Amino acid sequence: MSFLPKPKLHHPKLPVNALGFTRRDYEGAISTLCAGCGHDSISAAIIQACFELDIEPHRVAKMSGIGCSSKTPDYFLGASHGFNSVHGRMPSVLTGANLANRDLTYLGVSGDGDSASIGFGQFAHSIRRAVNMTYIVENNGVYGLTKGQFSATSDKGSKAKKGAINNDEPIDLVGIALQLGATFVARSFSGDKTQLVPLIKAALRHPGPAFIDCISPCVAFNNHEGSTKSYDFVREHNEAMNQLDVILGRDPISAEYAPGEVREVTQHDGSVLRLRKLHEDYDPTDRVAAMHHLHERKAAGEIVTGLLYIDPEPEDLHHHLDTVAMPLNRLDDAALVPGSAALDKVNAALR
Amino acid sequence: MKPTDIRNPDYFHKVVDCQWACPAHTPVPEYIRMIAAGRYSDAYMVNWHSNVFPGILGRTCDRPCEPACRRGRVEDEPVAICRLKRVAADNKSDIRARLTPIPAVGNGRRIACIGAGPSSLTVARDLAPLGYEVHVYDGEKQGGGFIRSQIPRFRLPAEVIDEEVGYITDRGGVVTHYGQRIESLKALLAEGYDAVFVGSGAPRGRELDVPGRAEAAANIHIGIDWLSSVSFGHIKEVGKRVIVLGGGNTAMDCCRSARRLGGEQVSVVVRSGFEEMKASPWEKEDALREGIPIRNFLVPKQVLHADGRLTGMVFEKVRAEYDAKGRRQLVPSGEPDEVIEADDVLVAIGQENSFPWIERDIGLEFDKWGLPQLDAETHQSTIPNVFFGGDAAFGPKNIIWAVAHGHAAAISIDLFCRGEDVRNRPPPDTALVSQKMGIHEWSYDNDVSLDLRFKVPHAEDERALRDITLEVELGYDREMAFKEAERCLNCDVQTVFSASLCIECDACVDICPVDCITFTPDGEESDLRTRLKAPALNLTQDLYIQDGLKTGRVMVKDEDVCLHCGMCAERCPTGAWDMQKFLLEAAKAVKGVHACAAE
Repeated sequence: MSFLPKPKLHHPKLPVNALGFTRRDYEGAISTLCAGCGHDSISAAIIQACFELDIEPHRVAKMSGIGCSSKTPDYFLGASHGFNSVHGRMPSVLTGANLANRDLTYLGVSGDGDSASIGFGQFAHSIRRAVNMTYIVENNGVYGLTKGQFSATSDKGSKAKKGAINNDEPIDLVGIALQLGATFVARSFSGDKTQLVPLIKAALRHPGPAFIDCISPCVAFNNHEGSTKSYDFVREHNEAMNQLDVILGRDPISAEYAPGEVREVTQHDGSVLRLRKLHEDYDPTDRVAAMHHLHERKAAGEIVTGLLYIDPEPEDLHHHLDTVAMPLNRLDDAALVPGSAALDKVNAALR
Repeated sequence: MKPTDIRNPDYFHKVVDCQWACPAHTPVPEYIRMIAAGRYSDAYMVNWHSNVFPGILGRTCDRPCEPACRRGRVEDEPVAICRLKRVAADNKSDIRARLTPIPAVGNGRRIACIGAGPSSLTVARDLAPLGYEVHVYDGEKQGGGFIRSQIPRFRLPAEVIDEEVGYITDRGGVVTHYGQRIESLKALLAEGYDAVFVGSGAPRGRELDVPGRAEAAANIHIGIDWLSSVSFGHIKEVGKRVIVLGGGNTAMDCCRSARRLGGEQVSVVVRSGFEEMKASPWEKEDALREGIPIRNFLVPKQVLHADGRLTGMVFEKVRAEYDAKGRRQLVPSGEPDEVIEADDVLVAIGQENSFPWIERDIGLEFDKWGLPQLDAETHQSTIPNVFFGGDAAFGPKNIIWAVAHGHAAAISIDLFCRGEDVRNRPPPDTALVSQKMGIHEWSYDNDVSLDLRFKVPHAEDERALRDITLEVELGYDREMAFKEAERCLNCDVQTVFSASLCIECDACVDICPVDCITFTPDGEESDLRTRLKAPALNLTQDLYIQDGLKTGRVMVKDEDVCLHCGMCAERCPTGAWDMQKFLLEAAKAVKGVHACAAE
């Protein structure tokens, strides 16, 4: 960590976005995580994505639980709404906030302990309820704050810094998210921002439950020989399915690709996800095939990354509950308290 | 692209923009840190070793360091390097005991310096401690040369000149021959000096050649001669209406002096536009502040006179036109001529070299511009034991260049007298030392100040314009000096990268406040410059490139706007980045063995 705040002076040619903000305007306080933590790179990727999407910081709610990962919302989007919940309870707080005000962009940041152990149930239910959110797990496979015990996502057979071997099966959060109906599922690596930034951008624009499992090496406790979440191991075993470009309406389309090389998915808001195929025959809109492929490549020892699944026509919790378009927190008393006549009507319908 | 070789002393030296730009290569950030720490005497000594005249230069330097200052590229204005130097001089204690000692017994060699200006005095300062007996000749009664005669006392008090000249001439080893103008180089050479250094300046002011010049001669004065007459008290007043011709620093000194000697309507008239004027921006600013208008694009056409007295001047109006190659030409604008009424005209349109005292048959060759033929590095003339420096060498420049020439000539003279090859120059002294004190503690203050440049307080105009000896600038007080010193970015504390330690975690890339650092596939420099985190468009600034990373990429750091804040090193988990102070002392004449002494 550093004692000093990051100097305010910036590059004289730093670009501004449509709102007149520079990337630096999307930063938060300086990180207090260990130097070299992958989580800081993810924070930088979130900053870059929000800058590029011209997001108004005050229209974002960033939520987290407990852990190294859950400290990070302090280090980006300093002008956004934030909530640090009890350990593992970010998904329910986020669900409640989303129900009350559907107009904000919800960004949940969690870790492997927060989502795969203490908050596993919360994680699962927020996904299956299809809350419109971007849920990022900063996955380092280790309990960093308590000095390096295996977490629930540590691979079987991987070695702890002090030499112990993990005998437990890992929880694959990507597999769970796919199974429980997330409509946007991706995996990435904190050390590869060219892949990660477009994924975060696409997730933020996705109008349904978007889940990103981001492998994020713990430099202090899980970056050694024998770890499967170290910088070196992930770089060696990374199998990217595709390279994503998020194309907003105003961007000119310049690059040309051979037929079959590119697949485009148009989202509800008109933005286009352009996927340059890096792997033959991988179809990210086929959920069953995606699950199959993940299992197959995992058995082969590969870490599959990229946009793994997308449903171009997602539905979310508000759709399922048939709530009004107006955020609930802006409804006035007349709408919220319809009176005894309306209550009688409801009761009568149930008799 | 080839990885950067940081063992080449030029690489990190160039990163210290101010020091690189300083002709004498003064270690600027080093002394600025000392000022911030209240170590004024130490700061003075760092300066004294490099530039010999800290108190004088702290008031008068042309400050090539400031336009080069990195701070000017990340915010509006550079650090006030020059005026901080003055703070060291103003606040130091008695430093006489710290000056390089002069040996009691000399080495038997005698050197003559012609002129007692900054270049000659630098030669004397460098050679006397080595045991040389240096004889300094000057036509004036006191030392200092143009420092004393040209620079008005309201910019540079006489005590400061006396003090700093005294540190050279009053400590033994140097024999002054003031009031003794050298009229013949041939005769001087016959006196058997081992070497002669010519530091006689560029003493002739360029003439004005327009109709009426001769008739109105009584009221037309050559700027540098007039300034020197003012300096020595021979001239005490000037007409109420004064025209100063010329756009250089001499013109600025002339107009401001005229304001103090009774000139009520003083104007500066310049052929070129305001921006192209040779005067330093701050000197123009000072003149404007004292109510002196600067009139541009006016070319002198005629001097008006009546009954043998000057009454004014006629100017032709011009405008600038640029040809395809960007060369400027002044063409008549077609507007009617302008008449400016005046009682006196000061001509400050340039200076020339003049060597009437050098015989043309003694083997000393001159070029077609009337300048001596010299080796640019050694300053040696076509007579092997005659060396030149200052304005006498390559035409008019300024004090700090004269000092740099003095150092170079002193090295040559010493090598020559030792019977060694004068081209065999000693290298600079360099040191590169880690500043790490703890995980996030450094032995320099890496907190980047956001203060804007502090203005130096001035005496109020009312008093300043009444007294030509009253120093206008009051200098920074200690508190202001501290705050201004804190604006320095410590560019000498270098970011040193070890690829073998790097795990490519991107922590440095993410934290860098000015987007200096990129990890990317290798390429040619022109290509690399376009695909960095922030494009490297300033081609005068180098890229620091290191290969040997596990992914096969290269680390590219654009030195251009690095704040030297050390954040990259603080956030680096493996110590691949370190902040190391690069201290370079330019080569000086050092104690060596004389051929004769060894015999």
